[in-house]
Amino acid sequence: MLRPLMPTGPSPSSFRRLLDKIGPVDCVGIEERVAKYTTRSIKKASKLWGLRTAVSMLDLTTLEGKDTPGKVASLCRKALRPHEAADIPSTAAVCVYPSMVRHAKQHVADTNVKVASVATAFPSGQTPLKARLAEVRAAVADGADEIDMVINRGAFLAGGFAEVQDEIAAVLAACGDAALKVILEVSELETYDNIRAASFLAMAVIREGDFIKTSTGKTSLNATLGNNQVMLEAIRDFYLDTGIAIGMKPAGGIRTAKQALQFLVAVKETLGDAWLTNERYRFGASSLLNDLLRQIEKEKTGAYQAPYYFSEAAESY
Amino acid sequence: MPRLPITKTPKVYVGGAFLRSESSRVYPVKDAAGNFFANIPQCTRKDLRNAVEAAAKAGPGWAKRTAYNRGQIIYRLGEMLEARAGELAAAIRLGGASKAAAAKEVAATVDRLIYYAGWADKYEQVLGNVNPVAAPYFNFTVTEPMGIVGVIAPDEAPLLALLTLLAPALTSGNTVVALASTTQPYPAIVLGEMLATSDLPGGVVNLLTGFRKELVPTFATHTHLRAIAAVANADERKALAVGAADSVKRTHFIKAEEKHGWFADPAQSLYAIRDFLEFKTTWHPIGA
Repeated sequence: MLRPLMPTGPSPSSFRRLLDKIGPVDCVGIEERVAKYTTRSIKKASKLWGLRTAVSMLDLTTLEGKDTPGKVASLCRKALRPHEAADIPSTAAVCVYPSMVRHAKQHVADTNVKVASVATAFPSGQTPLKARLAEVRAAVADGADEIDMVINRGAFLAGGFAEVQDEIAAVLAACGDAALKVILEVSELETYDNIRAASFLAMAVIREGDFIKTSTGKTSLNATLGNNQVMLEAIRDFYLDTGIAIGMKPAGGIRTAKQALQFLVAVKETLGDAWLTNERYRFGASSLLNDLLRQIEKEKTGAYQAPYYFSEAAESY
Repeated sequence: MPRLPITKTPKVYVGGAFLRSESSRVYPVKDAAGNFFANIPQCTRKDLRNAVEAAAKAGPGWAKRTAYNRGQIIYRLGEMLEARAGELAAAIRLGGASKAAAAKEVAATVDRLIYYAGWADKYEQVLGNVNPVAAPYFNFTVTEPMGIVGVIAPDEAPLLALLTLLAPALTSGNTVVALASTTQPYPAIVLGEMLATSDLPGGVVNLLTGFRKELVPTFATHTHLRAIAAVANADERKALAVGAADSVKRTHFIKAEEKHGWFADPAQSLYAIRDFLEFKTTWHPIGA
């Protein structure tokens, strides 16, 4: 006798129930809204303020297989003192793999630069929960101030929302006092509705001062103004509902100062000035810092700057 | 039935693409009879900045090509100009040149490209050196391209002068951001279309049109431009020299006040290639 096939893929009913609670995303509205952000004219003093603020919001990142203690050390020095000019703030944090945490911590201990670490089998998250939790504990023990975890996208897409939340809660417990950033990996969630749903699942578990984060930076599509906007609106709705202020971190693909300013416009116009601080908004980026410094120098001197006047310029041409 | 006229929108050739000015501004140019001919992009300092970014991106790849290949590509550019000589001559005639004069300018331009195409894999043999030293070293000097070169072309001989300034820098692996003649920009617009079909990688040559007084200050101060080749008047030379001193760039001026022999043989020279080269000397230890 033939048995009816089991439905595969996400369970429609559980997702429907979740969406009924949090409301769906108006895709066209989001796209139009963010298209407007790129038309804002930000000049002179406000531009300088924006660029400096963006520097102070950076999680200066190196996440490569070829990272060495030496490379992390130079990253830390760059984070502490991005430029010779005294009015450039240090970045918010350096973001490294767990094995590099203790090396980074030596250089930034007792400064306002924090050490963030991507734990939980970054970027795929595809190891047993026990191993992921052990990784988080090890990173925290080595001195990580912040943990960037990835959610279980497989479980999310299969409709296992409770499993996703339980895992976040378990990681949160392992974090202790360290702040948690929950990476949704938006490119693998595929729709704005899913991004909003995942944001709410995460926010329901984490604490005030923790973050939700767009991406690992290891997939083709990373932080966009659209993804950012969906998550900012989720944070706003959640805040209005519960009074709990969650932070936001777009990561991956933000390379130019111009993009960074557009993201800050989105924050200002969606969440307001209260989120224009590195306690509540961060950029995960590596090459962005040099472009910010370059544009700050341009604003100060009036002359367009060559990238090789700043460190880590890839090309000498 | 008569056809509707199909008029071309002149666009500048930057980064391998045909663009309008980011400002959307244009200015009209007239033909020799004084009739409106077309609206030309009035590029801004931001267009110049974008062109420099494009040139920077294309630079390493262009410099890494073999000298032989660069020569082939410049020769190919000459072929493209030769094949569309009539179109270029018509563009030059907008400025009032006679038919014969326009044809002569195009022919001289093509010849000039072929001249530099020939030098591409030979200048190193003349300018590079093995230096005699009184120590156990093999000491040699080789050349390297400087980087991004800014070119500011005159109104006189709008095609020939532009390419005379641009070609020697190109030959050795520099990339170029050029401002075409303000009053006669159309030959440069047509030239862009030939650059696009000549195997020259996008971004190696970038042509802007617009007003000198808006763009000269940015040419002067942009620190990413390593050298300037300009036909400029006294005020412009001063502005360029001051900006160049701040940003440590090399300048080569031709005085706009004086008549320059663009057609004459001295206008093309190996030393024009040398003007945009850096020399690197290496001391290599040898056994006793």
